Amino acid sequence: MENTINLTLKVWRQNGPKDKGRFETYKVENISTDSSFLEMMDILNEQLIKENKEPVAFDHDCREGICGMCSLYINGRPHGPDDDVTTCQLHMRKFKDGETVTIEPWRAAAFPVIKDLMVDRTAFDKIIAAGGYVSVSTGGVPDANAIPIPKVDADEAMDAASCIGCGACVAACKNSSAMLFVSAKVSQLALLPQGRVEAKARAKAMIAKMDELGFGGCTNTGACEVECPKGVSITNIARLNRQYLAARFSE
Amino acid sequence: MSNFLTASIGRKFIMSISGLFLMMFICVHLGVNLLLLFDDSGELFNLGANFMATNPLIKVMEPVLGLGFVVHIIWSFLISLQNYKARPVGYDKSNAAYSSTWASRNMLVLGALVLVFLVMHIIQFFIPVKTGGLEATMIDGVEMHNTYALVAGLFKSSVLYCILYIIGGALLGFHLGHGFWSAFQTIGMSNQYWLKRLQCIGKIFAIVVAVGFAIIPLYFLIKF
Repeated sequence: MENTINLTLKVWRQNGPKDKGRFETYKVENISTDSSFLEMMDILNEQLIKENKEPVAFDHDCREGICGMCSLYINGRPHGPDDDVTTCQLHMRKFKDGETVTIEPWRAAAFPVIKDLMVDRTAFDKIIAAGGYVSVSTGGVPDANAIPIPKVDADEAMDAASCIGCGACVAACKNSSAMLFVSAKVSQLALLPQGRVEAKARAKAMIAKMDELGFGGCTNTGACEVECPKGVSITNIARLNRQYLAARFSE
Repeated sequence: MSNFLTASIGRKFIMSISGLFLMMFICVHLGVNLLLLFDDSGELFNLGANFMATNPLIKVMEPVLGLGFVVHIIWSFLISLQNYKARPVGYDKSNAAYSSTWASRNMLVLGALVLVFLVMHIIQFFIPVKTGGLEATMIDGVEMHNTYALVAGLFKSSVLYCILYIIGGALLGFHLGHGFWSAFQTIGMSNQYWLKRLQCIGKIFAIVVAVGFAIIPLYFLIKF
């Protein structure tokens, strides 16, 4: 029993980073409610190509919710109206027949629009490069059980590590703050003995880079946690605050 | 420590510490104010007010308190400006209410409204008390300001001011409802267990403060 719906799409179009951009309205018909949001976008683009129009540029890669490439601010929420999913895992059954769907790119000074719905998220890579790693001395591989780690710590580190770096936290935050992303990347290392060695320098370097790149500050609205497709907790932000303040006060 | 005061977490730290300090002041202020309810002759409140006015510790803390207000207000604008600049192009359609509370997104607006209230409050009570001109009263052989007459007089004479003070209490309550746990989160004193506890304590604290301050004009409004 396959259902189909017709939709009006209000899509942000922008020719390039310098272009002012505008909304354009398109109609798509007979969209299966079993298709994903990105498949619906593919259908729209095929339609546009047949009409000799420029297809809509949007980011996507694995389409199974783990790569963090897809974005899209759909009907006022990052990754659309479903909870704990990325846009590629969002299904058209979440929309009503005849509905108007507004599709916008992530909005942040640190994420400039490249074209249409694609934004430049290399700012995240720059933050990681500033300290989101563990320096490892070369040599033989250490035994897996040489450093015992409590289960609770391992679980919390794993939860933090589930961040896929999609940028929904920045898109959801009224301040375009990257604090949830940075705190997840700091926590996944800070909770483990291997990461503690460089913990102080890491927190300082990553926050300095975050500020430099033009992300806003955290005002604890908690929107990031709600919209995060992986449910990364804001308790990571408290940990980052703690680490950063400890690092600064011990200077 | 060179750029600590301009770093995002550094700025938030200033907001948090000044906010926690102002919350302590609010507790003391509320405690003394509630004396208004328990003695309609005014003796109890006058004794409380006189204790606060003559206590050397309070004298020392008064300029610190003023500084706390100034810092909290100035930094709020610095932070808001920085955060505003982080999103030059806004969304056409935003469903922010799904993921966060109105108060948490509008702390600057709530704070600004509390500031408007504060200015009115200072003109009505703080300045008359400090510049003298209040009638004196004798309690147990000690001469002191009849602060009770000033406060009770205002609330008994004006329904409008009673309502404004009730609104002021409510605004402060909404501000603290987010501000309390947020202050602890910012200085890192939160984790998976304490986050929920602090949010709950914050809500209770906000309700106690809002109801506590609002009940005073309400008392005068109903009883007199």
